[in-house]
Amino acid sequence: MWEYTDKVRDHFFNPRNVGEIENADGVGEVGSLACGDALKLMFKLDKNGRIADAKFKTFGCASAIATSSVLTELIKGKTLDEAMNVTNKDIADYLGGLPEQKMHCSVMGREALEAAIANYRGGDVKKHELEGHVVCTCFGVTDVEIERVVRENDLTTVEQVTNYCKAGGGCGGCHGEIEKIIERIQGEKVGMHAPAVPRKGKKLTNIQKMQLIQQTINEQIRPALRAHGGNIELIDIEGDKVTVAFRGMCAQCHLAEFTMKDVVETKLREFVSEDIIVEEDKDSVEEGHVHKG
Amino acid sequence: MQTIYFDNNATTRVADEVFEVMQPYFCELYGNPSSMHTFGGQVGVRVREAREQVAALLGCHPTEVIFTSCGTESDSTAILGTLAAVPHRRKVITTRVEHPAVLTVCRDLENRGYHVIELGVDKQGRLDLDELGSLLDDDTAIVTIMAANNEAGTIFPIERIAEMVTERGITFHTDAVQIVGKVPLNLSETPIHLLSLSGHKLHAPKGVGVLYVRKGTRIAPFLLGGHQESGRRAGTENVPGIVGLGKACELAARYMDDENTRVRALRDKLESAILASCPDSRINGDPENRLPNTTNISFEYIEGEAILLMLDRFGICASSGSACTSGSLEPSHVLRAMGVPFTAAHGSIRYSLSRYNTEEEVDFTIEKMPQIIERLRELSPFVGQVGV
Repeated sequence: MWEYTDKVRDHFFNPRNVGEIENADGVGEVGSLACGDALKLMFKLDKNGRIADAKFKTFGCASAIATSSVLTELIKGKTLDEAMNVTNKDIADYLGGLPEQKMHCSVMGREALEAAIANYRGGDVKKHELEGHVVCTCFGVTDVEIERVVRENDLTTVEQVTNYCKAGGGCGGCHGEIEKIIERIQGEKVGMHAPAVPRKGKKLTNIQKMQLIQQTINEQIRPALRAHGGNIELIDIEGDKVTVAFRGMCAQCHLAEFTMKDVVETKLREFVSEDIIVEEDKDSVEEGHVHKG
Repeated sequence: MQTIYFDNNATTRVADEVFEVMQPYFCELYGNPSSMHTFGGQVGVRVREAREQVAALLGCHPTEVIFTSCGTESDSTAILGTLAAVPHRRKVITTRVEHPAVLTVCRDLENRGYHVIELGVDKQGRLDLDELGSLLDDDTAIVTIMAANNEAGTIFPIERIAEMVTERGITFHTDAVQIVGKVPLNLSETPIHLLSLSGHKLHAPKGVGVLYVRKGTRIAPFLLGGHQESGRRAGTENVPGIVGLGKACELAARYMDDENTRVRALRDKLESAILASCPDSRINGDPENRLPNTTNISFEYIEGEAILLMLDRFGICASSGSACTSGSLEPSHVLRAMGVPFTAAHGSIRYSLSRYNTEEEVDFTIEKMPQIIERLRELSPFVGQVGV
């Protein structure tokens, strides 16, 4: 059971400002049914350019509803520039804190606010526009968004990033990339945590190399393939030659040779050794089993 | 406030009769059953009696019952112990809807080079037995398929599966944690090799489980150490838990009819009333082959955790397959494997009853549900959009 503060419970059981505003000046929508939470925020300005009224509708858990309710309370009476300065941390602090795994709810509130202001300033855009390139394909989170939550909340681990913006919470295939973003921003702070995968060493024994190849496949490659109904099997390792077989959807893919093999090779070169060559074991492909659904 | 407990697939209350028989084994009869003195030996006699009580419920021989610490330990022992006993076989077959106690073990095996196949299920949560048949071969070490699903309540045709698998000389294990005590089993009439059960799902305490091992099944021990459980499971016996589980099994046999008549009727009443009073709700799972105590209902456009909190205010305990309740960001793997749309999976609620539930509790919940659903839908941005 989540430990919610009394304030969270109050704003969940008695949400303020639920509903829609006719002829709203700004409308922002973020999230989706598939993601598990979504927020539609609307506001109307008074003649001095201050937010006179704000209303919301939210699909989501108790903390998603409570953060939406608080957001509308926080921005009322503010100019748009002042409202832009409201961070996800302000929302969470107002509620007396949120469980760590629920911090993404407060980030969703801030995103909806930005989208609504952009809608007012820029015209038609109601949906939250994606800036930057998508890092987490499961939840559609970009590098710009990840950088922002890392900076604003001083995050140092992938797990924290997942709690704050969902990135990395699906198949796990982007954990390596998220780690690099954290490292770039936080520099030495990250050094205190052991990396998920040992970086390339100088000279590996054969046993160490085989273990590192297996570990890289298990942690860096398999999760992403699984998420798309596929799988990979390590068949053999001879010197720098790594033989693998693709299963399920991957084995069916006609482009397998140009895509999957290259992806695996790139990862193994990055994490194990520049000299790695990957070959696909064609003989075992026929055994490949296609999962249903 | 009175607690209305509809979360019996998560855990159950310990039966008063069970608690009573356990009590002497803490401060009075605390001896070690392995000891040579009479004081310990008398405890060993009670453990033996409990083994007979479990065997009676399962329809097996007492020597085929190994006491463990929980269902998870039974599952790990069954799978890893079998693989250790047949090291030349590298294939493991399971399903996508298993409990994590099985699924996580299988995925770890995959990382260690085993060929793991996870069978899919259809929209009702049913398996394709022809597909299973086509996958069985001489490389298959074990097939592990649950007897009944904890989330949707779907019952698999475990006897038929056991016949198909064992005919090919392959070990068959079933996680029967949810079915034992709810549906009669007679292991002497099936070829099932290994079966896991958990005490706290049938009104015994937490911390005790059983692995049934059919006579002649090749399996290596999982926990190593002393010679307890005929050398098949080391570790000093959890005597109070074992004595309690024995009593719980005896009671389960006695209440089996009640479970399948009165409890089933309560479940059916709750389910049909909710479906009738809450628009855009639907059952997840196979209504034909289902545990008598379980119903899993999806409510469109709203989220499960929010529903649970609203229920909690009325003292009603249930569970959800939504992402927010699992601590992960994705909804239940079981509902996704069944092809339940994400939208419905996020709004799913499981009610699981027991013989301790009453008609008043069901009526109270039936009365409260529509207002909870309506209130949350007023908050939802999707209700207007989709024309409800």
